[in-house]
Amino acid sequence: MRPERGFVGTSLALVLALLGSGCAIKPIEPWVKPYERERLTDPVMQWSRASLADRHREHIHSVREGARGAVGVQGGGCGCN
Amino acid sequence: MGLWRWLSNSLSRWRERAGVRGLFSGLAAAGAATVAPAAVLPDDKAEAMFHVYDGGGVKADGPAFLVRKKLGERVSLSAGYYIDAVSNASIDVVTTASPFKEKRTAWDFGADWLVGNSVLTLSGSTSREPDYEANAVNADVAADVFGGMTTLSLGFTRGSDRVGRTDRREVFFDDVRRWQYRAGVTQILSPRWLMSLNAEAISEDGYLGSPYRAARVFGAFVPERLPRTRTGRAVKLRSLAEVLPDTALRIEARAYWDTWDVRGRTIEIAGTRKFGPQWLLDVSLRSHKQTAALFYADNAQVDTVFVTRNRQLSAFNSLGLGAKLTWKPAAAWAERYGVQVTGVLERKRFRFPEFIDLRNQRPYAYDANVMQVVLAGRF
Repeated sequence: MRPERGFVGTSLALVLALLGSGCAIKPIEPWVKPYERERLTDPVMQWSRASLADRHREHIHSVREGARGAVGVQGGGCGCN
Repeated sequence: MGLWRWLSNSLSRWRERAGVRGLFSGLAAAGAATVAPAAVLPDDKAEAMFHVYDGGGVKADGPAFLVRKKLGERVSLSAGYYIDAVSNASIDVVTTASPFKEKRTAWDFGADWLVGNSVLTLSGSTSREPDYEANAVNADVAADVFGGMTTLSLGFTRGSDRVGRTDRREVFFDDVRRWQYRAGVTQILSPRWLMSLNAEAISEDGYLGSPYRAARVFGAFVPERLPRTRTGRAVKLRSLAEVLPDTALRIEARAYWDTWDVRGRTIEIAGTRKFGPQWLLDVSLRSHKQTAALFYADNAQVDTVFVTRNRQLSAFNSLGLGAKLTWKPAAAWAERYGVQVTGVLERKRFRFPEFIDLRNQRPYAYDANVMQVVLAGRF
């Protein structure tokens, strides 16, 4: 537990220091306004355009490889081998 | 340098922690799929796909369907259906058993609620094949903050599987329980650049091997023996940027490690380009490399408590090159219903330097082809 306590303690100290000096730090404003986000809805700017195809692809990876996770596809196991 | 060393040491200590189960252990998170300026429900859509995987003696193909529809302004429902018709003559099967065919059927269903600037999702899935049943329930929440520039997501999955073997009168003999914790943040960095950081912890408890797979100890085949628990963690960083007009570049990197000592890194680079209003082309390159599980051996020379010859737990690497082409017909009806047709082809190459093909006594390797055709629209 000692290494974890050091990590937690350091993080807490950092957060408290930032909060304590809040008066001296100017809040950050969102720098991309809503009217500037039109390009983000374009098809080329989508992480995923075809849910079924991406799910099938991730299923192949999770079955054929020993690593899995953090892919945005939830749940489900199978007896595939 | 002091701050960098602190960050590096903290990350190393965090990585060394193992077996801790609970909310947010190991950071959690698995990606939110799309980012919107404010929280919105997913669009209505219907998709029909035919998929094929052919490689390493295994061929699996079949249809899949997905339907999503809004009810009013705040609720969206979805349902899916998937079939794998499998013909299995993999190297494990042909060297230690007999080729076989079977069918796997899966259903999933979900509901999304728009609450203020957040989307709450409850979903479930079930998969059935003759010797395996898998069930999972998922809860996810995605919230837009910081003027809609940042999306925070959290998710949890509880899975419960039944494991069986078809050569027994009482088919199902054991089970698996699974807990998955996800968290992620997606950030708009500029009008043409997104990044996201996702992490997930997966804990499993139960029968985690295959009742049909043999391990090799001193040259003799024995049933494989695997631990009954496994905890893995994955962290993925990805970037999506429009680098040229109508051209985007996506880069993803994922690190994985678990309590079986498997460590993997996956890198994917993809380019997407629009050719006029009707055509969209993606080209991707994916590289995966991993180390072996602690108890993996092609032919163990020591008799250990755990032993496996599962090549997917060996040190191997794979490379995939894929292309995806999307076509939107120009007709008015196609525009009205958002019809588009997508074709995907991917060639994957697997190399297993620590798994020997018993047929020729050489390290095993194979190439696989993935093909998908998807018809999508809205209604």
